[in-house]
Amino acid sequence: MDIIVNGKNEEIVSQTSLLDFLTSKKIHPDRVVVELNTTIIEKHILTDTIIHENDRIEILRFVGGG
Amino acid sequence: MTLSGDQAQRYSRHILIDDIGVKGQQRIAEAKILVIGAGGLGSAVLFYLAAAGVGTIGIADSDVVDLTNLQRQIIHFTDDLNKPKIQSAREKIGRINPDVQVNTHQEFVNSKNILELIRDYDFIVDGTDNFSSKFLINDACVISEKPFSHAGVLVFDGQMMTVVPKVSACLRCIFPKPPLPSAEQGSNQVGVLGSLAGAFGTLQATEALKYIIQKGELLTNRLLIYNALELTFREVTLKKKTACPACGENPKISTLTDYEKAIGSL
Ligand SMILES: [Zn+2]
Repeated sequence: MDIIVNGKNEEIVSQTSLLDFLTSKKIHPDRVVVELNTTIIEKHILTDTIIHENDRIEILRFVGGG
Repeated sequence: MTLSGDQAQRYSRHILIDDIGVKGQQRIAEAKILVIGAGGLGSAVLFYLAAAGVGTIGIADSDVVDLTNLQRQIIHFTDDLNKPKIQSAREKIGRINPDVQVNTHQEFVNSKNILELIRDYDFIVDGTDNFSSKFLINDACVISEKPFSHAGVLVFDGQMMTVVPKVSACLRCIFPKPPLPSAEQGSNQVGVLGSLAGAFGTLQATEALKYIIQKGELLTNRLLIYNALELTFREVTLKKKTACPACGENPKISTLTDYEKAIGSL
């Protein structure tokens, strides 16, 4: 099924959780903030949050330079 | 205050804009803006705020100009090596626009001095280069209800948002705590494209001026994300969080703390 990740289309299998998705991208959940359809998902529910078709996911990292 | 004939001429391209006009330009002349960090972001911010005729510009920075700064910190020239950045910046501002009153603060912002530092300013620009200062500025501005512009740049990536405390989401509504120091990378480790800092500094100056003239839509409740390699701008919609540790209904942060000292300096 199709989803949008950081503004770009991606395809994933159904029943993927947000944590599975991060793991598949080798992203450590402690290093990012995940927003699903404009709502920030708390870390402890990443594993229970299942991604649905056409969901918009933003994986945000703090940028500290200046 | 009224504008002199020379000033009316100097700022004529602002005054011609309906949303600025004489009234807007007077507001700019009466404004007090503090720029924390006279580095890559701060250089562009300071140049544009000075040229725009901001009445009082504060500059806080504890560093001296280093050779590695010159690739992006364009307010500092080769002649300025080893000079305090606040002094170098003050000299350039004086040459761009002698109307500007410059207040210099040669100090590294910390939990002890920041509330006093920001107190007399209308708007704060975060031009710092490390996690701890950025979170400290957020918390201090939330506590003091000072609007501010946050931005960060590294390698080819930049992001920014404007925070109007009580009204819009703050940094901690999105990032509840600073990333671990081990996750922090500075431009001294991974580099930064010089023009990226200029692009974001210019946008930060724009936000400060918009706040002062009270026109348009500030970059609030939105995180602007830029990738210079792809030349893409993206906006992520954000919401103020009721459980935010800084600006939420029961904030845990009512006093300031210094986080792990910066590694990404310069
Ligand atoms: Zn907040």
